[in-house]
Amino acid sequence: MTQLALVIDLNVCVGCHACVTSCKEWNTSGPAGPMGDERPYGEDPSGTFFNRVQTFEVGTYPNTQTVHFPKSCLHCEDPPCVPVCPTGASYKRAEDGIVLVDYDKCIGCKYCAWACPYGVRELDEQQKVMKKCTLCVDRITDATLPAAERKPACVLACPTRARLFGDVHDPDSEVSVAIREQGGYALMPEWGTHPANHYLPRRRTEITVHPDELMRVDNPLKVDGKLPRPATGAPALDDVTTW
Amino acid sequence: MHPAISVILLTTLIGAGQGLFLALLAGELGARFGAWAALPDAFVARAAALALALLVAGLAASFFHLGRPLRAWRSASQWRTSWLSREVIALPALMGFVVLYGAAHFEAGAMLRPYLAWIGLAGAAACIALYVCTGMIYACLRFLQEWATPLTVLNFTLLGAASGFSIAAALARVDGLGASTGFALAALALTALGLLGRTAALLRNARLRHKSTLATAIGIKHPRIEQRAAGFLGGSFNTREFFHGRPQAFVRAVKWSFLGGAFAAPLLLLGAGLGQGAAIWFVAAPLVQWGGLLLERWYFFAEANHPQNLYYGAIA
Repeated sequence: MTQLALVIDLNVCVGCHACVTSCKEWNTSGPAGPMGDERPYGEDPSGTFFNRVQTFEVGTYPNTQTVHFPKSCLHCEDPPCVPVCPTGASYKRAEDGIVLVDYDKCIGCKYCAWACPYGVRELDEQQKVMKKCTLCVDRITDATLPAAERKPACVLACPTRARLFGDVHDPDSEVSVAIREQGGYALMPEWGTHPANHYLPRRRTEITVHPDELMRVDNPLKVDGKLPRPATGAPALDDVTTW
Repeated sequence: MHPAISVILLTTLIGAGQGLFLALLAGELGARFGAWAALPDAFVARAAALALALLVAGLAASFFHLGRPLRAWRSASQWRTSWLSREVIALPALMGFVVLYGAAHFEAGAMLRPYLAWIGLAGAAACIALYVCTGMIYACLRFLQEWATPLTVLNFTLLGAASGFSIAAALARVDGLGASTGFALAALALTALGLLGRTAALLRNARLRHKSTLATAIGIKHPRIEQRAAGFLGGSFNTREFFHGRPQAFVRAVKWSFLGGAFAAPLLLLGAGLGQGAAIWFVAAPLVQWGGLLLERWYFFAEANHPQNLYYGAIA
């Protein structure tokens, strides 16, 4: 069984929103039609996004950390949004585990958004259907693209490579190794939704420096001692100058 | 949660319609056992028509909740997994039974009379099923902890039945039927039970400890996390759909208003009607109670705290 997912490294994310804009750019131009924007240049702009980057401050000054936190559909292995859908528009693909909405079947009742604890589904105010991250399903399955580009737009756009994409059920995939070796975790594990997307935690970057690395024990100057100053009249090494 | 007027109307109206139909069945059953004189055909037909009108009005209101109402027919397909889909099936089924039951009391529908007991039985089953479906739509969302309790289903049933029986009492009293006392006593009992159930839910929710915290929401184990940016400057679906946006004082005022309007006032009005006998008390009771139930339903939604709100701590 394949379960495609994103792994987001919070230690690396700088909160630049490149994933947000590239996601909107790719998906608003797709076959599903635009992601609606309301009053984009007005006082209270609003619009449909599959991905948002939020910023949190952890700790008390001066010991604070600023955490940039990108959030999109987590493609849960047991998605609570799917069984509640009355029309079957919301579904999880068996072949790759992507949770999708059939925009032609959705009646816009918003029940799936209520049933998602993560708040990653958004009703498009223009099309009046529920929208969410598709993991760029039209892109990752496009055989006409070079293999290196068959990745979600956000992953390709991330300038710090904070976003990894792959199959979390394959133990040797890049994402599985990252989750396993860097302490990847899921959001709100208390609800048993088993999100496929994982986050890599903040890590403190420390270098251990031993005293002997600062002061070389085999420093030739220290071993031999400072050479005595020659007398004024003593000849110099090359017999040319004296001091 | 943001209380949607369409859903408030849907749940209160169909609840009352179901209750009225149940009251009608109870009235005919009571007459058969000799508790009071048999209900006149015209009364039953009129009450069934009103029950049907309430159900239709509720269904009509529900369409305003949909983004794509023309596709609503699709919503009956997922009855295996979705309580909403089950409700979509139970509601028209009940409407069908109400139509058959009412028609059997007309001259033209006389050929239905031999099957009246079966129609009533099936209708009662559809009524109960619809109450359970409506309640379970909310109670099955396990992380909406204010709703995820059997009390939700119980209260939808009790409050709907109470409002239906008080409508039946008013209709019967206006027609001067002896059954009105029975209806009013049942409405009184159901309203009192509803008050118990709703108070139990209020007390439970006041003591509720939410399982999700900001720490589990973003997975950082630290007691002090503050949101600095939500990811956008204006609003979004997330800030509109999951926040009621009213001050706490307003929410508290609604709570006390519905406790008065949906329970205390109807209890007093029904009591006054039973004691003094004037029809005006019986007519006022269901109207006041419906107003109270609108507030009760508003509070039901506003009280629910969706875990996604943790991601918008700067707004709440």
